[in-house]
Amino acid sequence: MSIGTARAALPVRSDVDLMAVREAARGAAAEAGFSLVNQTKLVTAVSELARNAVVHGGGGEVLVEPVQGTLRGVRLVVSDHGPGIADIEQALTDGHTTGQGLGLGLGGARRLVDEFGIESVPGAGTTVTITMWAAPSRSGSRAPGLPPIRPRMSFRP
Amino acid sequence: MDRIPILRLGPVLIVSVQGDLADAVAVALRHDVGEAVSSGGITGVVLDVSGVAIVDSYLGRVLTEIAADCSLLGASTVVAGLKPAVAITLVEMGLRLDGARTARSLEAAMAMLGTSVAPVPFATPFASAEGGP
Repeated sequence: MSIGTARAALPVRSDVDLMAVREAARGAAAEAGFSLVNQTKLVTAVSELARNAVVHGGGGEVLVEPVQGTLRGVRLVVSDHGPGIADIEQALTDGHTTGQGLGLGLGGARRLVDEFGIESVPGAGTTVTITMWAAPSRSGSRAPGLPPIRPRMSFRP
Repeated sequence: MDRIPILRLGPVLIVSVQGDLADAVAVALRHDVGEAVSSGGITGVVLDVSGVAIVDSYLGRVLTEIAADCSLLGASTVVAGLKPAVAITLVEMGLRLDGARTARSLEAAMAMLGTSVAPVPFATPFASAEGGP
């Protein structure tokens, strides 16, 4: 469910559009009260995904959406109408690349956020949805079927 | 297109990277640094990234490539002033800036290069000549 600031849909067709996406994500993350580290993680994650949409998907769009559950959060939906991903598990594997990158984009983005979901239809396109919450994530908040990659750090007094 | 200025201080190039970079600007920087190093007399390159809020895998790769280019051209590269949030993000992504040394600040980077630049063996040919038959 949305709150406050209106959702914004941004086109991504080139590397210059990525800058507007990063700025919008940064603004939404700051408004949701994210720590600087979490702002940086979210902006970096969406930068990876939006670049994938440009490089592999032939362009697409990013929806920036403030969300309110128990906590405040930001949800970003990156979609393209490209060729899709035939093997998602393989695409999420570090080091796997079909382009010129390091192959860390998709798996790296997943590690940076609280929730990560991906839907891809070969021939029709790919949609990646990521969500980050203002406070440390609770256990079990990840998308079903995607085990936590690494326990998140927690600080207890 | 914006270009990032490259300053020369003795044998060291100083590049202050600031703000959000379009990919093309990062690529142009790689080219410009390579040209500047190959123009001669450069033994070190400092990339000051203290004004960079985001290093994604693309920019991380370009920084790594600049360090690799400079290494082949005979200069060593120091990435200076990474923001803590950027460092944490890079580590969580699994991205290390291989090939580039890092320093806390521009000043620390200069000191690092100063110590490695100093022992350039100016007298080596004479020393070996003395040792000859």
